[in-house]
Amino acid sequence: MDRFEYIDARLFEGETYIKRDKNVKIYDGEDKTQFTDGEVILTTHRILWGKPGDIPKGLVCLSLHLYYVFCLEEERLKANGVFDLSFKERIILHLGPALPGKRPGPAVVSPYHFVKFSFKDGIDPAFYKALNDAVSAKAWERLSPLVSPSSSTSPTSSPKPVTSINSKIRSGIVGIERSIEEQHRATDESITVAFQDLTKLMTKAKDMVAISKNISAKIREKQGDISEDDTVRFKSYLMSLGIDDPVTRDTFRSDSEYYMGLSQQISDMMVAVLMDCGGIMSLADVWCRVNRARGLELISPEDLLNACKLLQTIGAPMSMRKFPSGACVLQLNSHRDEEVAKDTSRLLEENGFLTPVKLSQIASVSVLLARERLFTTERLGLACRDESIEGLAFYPNLFLKSVS
Amino acid sequence: MAEISWPWQYNFPPFFTIQPHTETRTKQLEAWQQLIVEYLKSTKQSTIDVRESQNSPLFNNASINRKLSQEAVLTILEDMAKTGRAAPIDKSKNIWEIYWHSLDEWGNMIYSWASNNGLNNSVCTIFELREGENTVDEEFHGLDVNILIKALKRLETKGKCELMEFNDSQGVKFF
Repeated sequence: MDRFEYIDARLFEGETYIKRDKNVKIYDGEDKTQFTDGEVILTTHRILWGKPGDIPKGLVCLSLHLYYVFCLEEERLKANGVFDLSFKERIILHLGPALPGKRPGPAVVSPYHFVKFSFKDGIDPAFYKALNDAVSAKAWERLSPLVSPSSSTSPTSSPKPVTSINSKIRSGIVGIERSIEEQHRATDESITVAFQDLTKLMTKAKDMVAISKNISAKIREKQGDISEDDTVRFKSYLMSLGIDDPVTRDTFRSDSEYYMGLSQQISDMMVAVLMDCGGIMSLADVWCRVNRARGLELISPEDLLNACKLLQTIGAPMSMRKFPSGACVLQLNSHRDEEVAKDTSRLLEENGFLTPVKLSQIASVSVLLARERLFTTERLGLACRDESIEGLAFYPNLFLKSVS
Repeated sequence: MAEISWPWQYNFPPFFTIQPHTETRTKQLEAWQQLIVEYLKSTKQSTIDVRESQNSPLFNNASINRKLSQEAVLTILEDMAKTGRAAPIDKSKNIWEIYWHSLDEWGNMIYSWASNNGLNNSVCTIFELREGENTVDEEFHGLDVNILIKALKRLETKGKCELMEFNDSQGVKFF
């Protein structure tokens, strides 16, 4: 209590009012004082306490310079007494020693180095924050020495900002308390800084993904140069790099929206791949590629199937096709059966006859696709089949070609 | 058997698999029909037993290691039946008669032979028709009995002959 001063409630030059609160009681350390049910006014330099109505009238009140305050604390205690369920909410102000030349106050000496302001209505978080800000702002340091309007003290005795009172030189229990406080603050700060790094990393990652999307778009434009080694390498890197925001089920409310989005993503991804492998790929291979590219958030075969069904609806350049034999493939719209049949029939002529295995080796496609090619060629009448215990083989269709 | 000249299809492995493609299949079955008829003509046979088909060189080409399955044979025969070239003897469809000439054609052939040889208004046994010296040059020489009878029956309905039965054998009278 010895840091307080009695003074008229008037703002100094350069001092500004910040906030007020009411129903405040002052404790000297742990002891109660006579100063109860008062108002507090927070300014940039001081905290004033007065009986209600006194401060606005400019009457004498208690004044505590904020430069005494080196630490603030909140205290919430359950009230004593069985039937009293309220909480006692207090702000604890840890104070430095009183400075010489201080005006007389309620006490000359005090055994305690802290005071408590008890708020009957609870601590207003805004008030607490404002108090904190005011204490750390140290407005008194920036300005010229305060000139109190009714002061008659000499300039030499005007209180100088004593921030170094917070030094750790202080020993004793209070010193230990203070050092613990310091530690807490330091940990807090370091954690904040660490998380800041993470946000930086996340922004960087976004940049990386944007760049890779850029590159992939550029590559798609350069479709004609598929044979270039660099382009091929880039493509393979991109496939394993993954997609930025995989379309997940929870992103969408309804299933159909999800499938539409997924379908679009598949279409974008598979255009280049399909061009590479001759315009047609079995659905199982498509599933493997799509999941490999996604990395996380893999899709199930059912999801792929449903999404592929929508490819035509969204106007994708590819569509899913089910062959009469039951095989499902993803096929570019520009891919034509007739061309395949002609090509295959030419191969048949060259080789006399072909089995699916042999054709898959010659044409570098999977055996499943080779079978489908042969079936397609047969369907168009350019090949005929030979089934025996040796297996299935196809011959050029001499029945229709030769006039027998 | 040595007389028959196998058509190119006989040595074409796909010939022995019924083709799923409609157009191809039509051509294939046509070719089979012709081959069967030729073969039976040259071997003087008129029936095909489906169960025995695997053994016959007609359906089994050992040189290319391909043969028609029984199902395939049945398919071909049924197709022939549509054009009246074949008919099963019984419901089991195991034995089929092949008419490399239709019954009417047979009937006319027999009748014209009978007329040419002055057998009008006379009787002839079936045996004579089939295996008599007079008919050696005729196509119907050695024709399957059943077919012969059927042909004669057709002729009968046209009023050109009449079938009769003697003690053990059958005969026919030409008008």
